[in-house]
Amino acid sequence: MDVGLKIYTIMFDQNTWELLVSSFPKILEYGVKITLPLAVISFILSTVVAVFVAMIQYGKVPVLRTICRIYIWIIRGTPLLVQLMVAFYGLPLLGIHSNPFVMAVIVFSINEGAYSAETMRAAMEAVPAGQLEAGYCVGMNYMQIMWHIILPQAFRTAFPPLFNSLIGMVKETSLASSITVVEMFTRTKQIAGQSYNYFPLYLEVAAIYLIFCTVLTFIQKKGEAVLGNYGVRK
Amino acid sequence: MALLEVKNIHKAFDGNQVLSGVDIKVNKGDVVSILGPSGSGKTTLLRCINFLEKADDGQFIFEGKEYDLSRIKKADIADIRMKTGFVFQSYNLFANKTVLQNVTLGLTSARKMPKKEAETKALEVLLKVGMDSFRDYYPSQLSGGQQQRVAIARALATDPSILYFDEPTSALDPQLTAEVLGVMRELAKEGMTMIVVTHEMGFAKEVSSHVVFMADGNVVEEGSAKEFFENPKQLRTREFLRISQS
Repeated sequence: MDVGLKIYTIMFDQNTWELLVSSFPKILEYGVKITLPLAVISFILSTVVAVFVAMIQYGKVPVLRTICRIYIWIIRGTPLLVQLMVAFYGLPLLGIHSNPFVMAVIVFSINEGAYSAETMRAAMEAVPAGQLEAGYCVGMNYMQIMWHIILPQAFRTAFPPLFNSLIGMVKETSLASSITVVEMFTRTKQIAGQSYNYFPLYLEVAAIYLIFCTVLTFIQKKGEAVLGNYGVRK
Repeated sequence: MALLEVKNIHKAFDGNQVLSGVDIKVNKGDVVSILGPSGSGKTTLLRCINFLEKADDGQFIFEGKEYDLSRIKKADIADIRMKTGFVFQSYNLFANKTVLQNVTLGLTSARKMPKKEAETKALEVLLKVGMDSFRDYYPSQLSGGQQQRVAIARALATDPSILYFDEPTSALDPQLTAEVLGVMRELAKEGMTMIVVTHEMGFAKEVSSHVVFMADGNVVEEGSAKEFFENPKQLRTREFLRISQS
């Protein structure tokens, strides 16, 4: 039997359709309840981490700057899956017990923070030096210039790549299953296991991830329009 | 007593001596033009006296207080900058702020002036440079001359005791240059104290009270504008004037 016919037989089986329809809300529920919050909360926290780490490097703060480089070096040099495992088995040894969801949020934030810090740093360094000098010349101090001039301009530049990370994160959350977080993908696996009908359900969850990311892409477009480009015509 | 005095200022970049012992004295109400060929150290001098570059050596006297340029404290720099204004060759308007915000930011943020008061002050100086009707434009929507006039308004808004201009018209075509020089001429008439690094001979001759001619990191000749242009003493000065006026 050729492959096309095989897929056709599986997908257009009456039972398959009923399974897909009945499991759709069950899978989506975990997407909305676990996957999206995990991604969005982690993304927000990681952006906060990134801004601090980027500012320390941009401002060449002694000691802290070295600590930041080491942080980025370690996080970027080890797999996310390994980091999750280290946290899952390591934190309880240190007496820190928390639920797996919180643990996943912490690991994702720290992980993404290292990457986004480099995005933010590059965006800050792309702001012309004259902007900083002009700020000094009207009497502003370093933090005032950061807040009013450098960070807003850098954030506009960093917005598309940061959103890229958010979209990446929505899919990476599936790794949280490795530390017992039942998120959208794990839920799908459970349903598939009960029905022994794996292939269509995995296609279904893929479609839901795609929908999530499509919505985010749309939000990114709107966000860029709202942020504007300070009158620069494209 | 001089408003501002610089003595024996030295600055080197990677072993390349850019300023080797320059002295400058500016009285209240003076318009001092600094002339000289490219690479003579004019811009570096101006950047050193507003601490955008750190001088290696030299004394700096401002409003009667004396500072060591190589060891001046951050707090002193901040105090002095509150009383000075700087206009850049490349304008350096805040790209993410409107014309009005560019002018008010130094007041609301650095000087904690209430927003309403700052806006009134800003519109006053914007009117002076003829840019009040552009209050809601972003810098990228303006011509170079317009941007430079806003930059002058931004520097003026803080009521500085001295204004520094670093080649303010070098990036502008003749028409826009005239626009900006017109504003500067008005300021000079009102008695604003200014140091102007420039290549505009006509402006220097007509507006400045004092001219300093620099070459290779030294002051070659200085004097009143009349004396400098009509009766230059140094060969180097005569050569420079001959070339730039032909």
